[in-house]
Amino acid sequence: MIENYLNIFINAIFIENLALSVFLGMCTFIAISKKIEAAIGLGIAVIVVLAITVPINNLIYNYILRDGALAWAGLSDVDLSFVGLISYIGVIAACVQILEMFLDKYVPVLYNALGIFLPLITVNCAILGASLFMVEKDLYFGESVAYGLGAGVGWALAITILAGIREKLKYSDMPEGLQGLGSTFIIVGLMSFGFMSFGGIIL
Amino acid sequence: MSKYSEILFRPVFKENPIALQMLGICSALAVTSKLYPTLIMCVALTVTVSLSNFFISMIRNITPSNIRIIVQMTIISSLVILVDQALKAYDYETSKTLSVFVGLIITNCIVMGRAEAFAMQNPPGVSFLDGFGNGLGYSVILIILGTIRELFGTGTILEYEIFPLVQNGGWYVPNNFFLLPPVSFILIGLIIWALRAWQKDQIEEPEFKMSQNSPEVVPNPPPTPSSKVAS
Repeated sequence: MIENYLNIFINAIFIENLALSVFLGMCTFIAISKKIEAAIGLGIAVIVVLAITVPINNLIYNYILRDGALAWAGLSDVDLSFVGLISYIGVIAACVQILEMFLDKYVPVLYNALGIFLPLITVNCAILGASLFMVEKDLYFGESVAYGLGAGVGWALAITILAGIREKLKYSDMPEGLQGLGSTFIIVGLMSFGFMSFGGIIL
Repeated sequence: MSKYSEILFRPVFKENPIALQMLGICSALAVTSKLYPTLIMCVALTVTVSLSNFFISMIRNITPSNIRIIVQMTIISSLVILVDQALKAYDYETSKTLSVFVGLIITNCIVMGRAEAFAMQNPPGVSFLDGFGNGLGYSVILIILGTIRELFGTGTILEYEIFPLVQNGGWYVPNNFFLLPPVSFILIGLIIWALRAWQKDQIEEPEFKMSQNSPEVVPNPPPTPSSKVAS
């Protein structure tokens, strides 16, 4: 039982890394990876939001949206899965907003550290992508907690590594056209090849 | 008239959403291993961004600015649901190949970015053109990627054989390297390099510059404040 959760967790971090294997959240991944501190802050915010929204979306999918899920309300032949996209993004936007207000009131230290990154997260495709993958893999509630947490840790790990590499690289003498964005893309490509070597691992 | 063509074509090369504005990169990478799904993705995104720009611009004067993100999200996700359902109805195979990436058009930053940056300030007609132009800019990069990857990876373009493969008695050994997802990162990096060799004003200034060597050779020169470059 615990092995199954551990398996999903490790799998989400290394083998199906959201950033480097399925390429989600790339816009923020490339824009916010110039400094290690900022990258770590954003990484932690993504872990928190993913660990909350994926399980909530899992409950919504399993008890309201999926085919026959409304049997408890006496509507056993209703299939609402086509409104999935709009419900997931609504949940994500609401969660981010509530989290922001909660942190502002009770944990101001963390709020000041994460402040500017929280609103950015609503439009980070990694968050919506993880919920959509959760639906596609047909996970149940416990598994979705492990998956959300693992996906967040994997994304945070990837952006921290990229920020470290970019901090070193700013001193190097590159061809003019490659400076900045061009070289970052090539680095991410090479990192992604590195993560492909985890592909064969079976736990 | 030139004003309209300017709005339509500026995003294609001068302000390309992927190569310069860093928007909408996510889907550019995962869907481009074959040209056909790439084309479908381009059409889906162009339709969504043009129509969302159009509708958001129509209600821009009556949208309270503190809830505008939610309003924009609702319009965009309704459009994406329409596109997704249409794709599932008419081309189920491709919709399976694209899997979650059609749904991810909602969080594609091109759509949100253009809604915020352009559609909130401009009338509907012009916003529609701007959305269409940005869709084209996105499509240009994706089509280049899809063509290169399918041609060198499998020797075909849209399933039509260009390079005869060795196993069919031809001469081309397919390079599976190009079918791996990370290749699209490297190809985009090279496309950006090529684009910036042509459009010089897009080059980013480096944070640190190599200091010039002084003409007279000094053994062990003392460190000067101007040489702030590490090796």
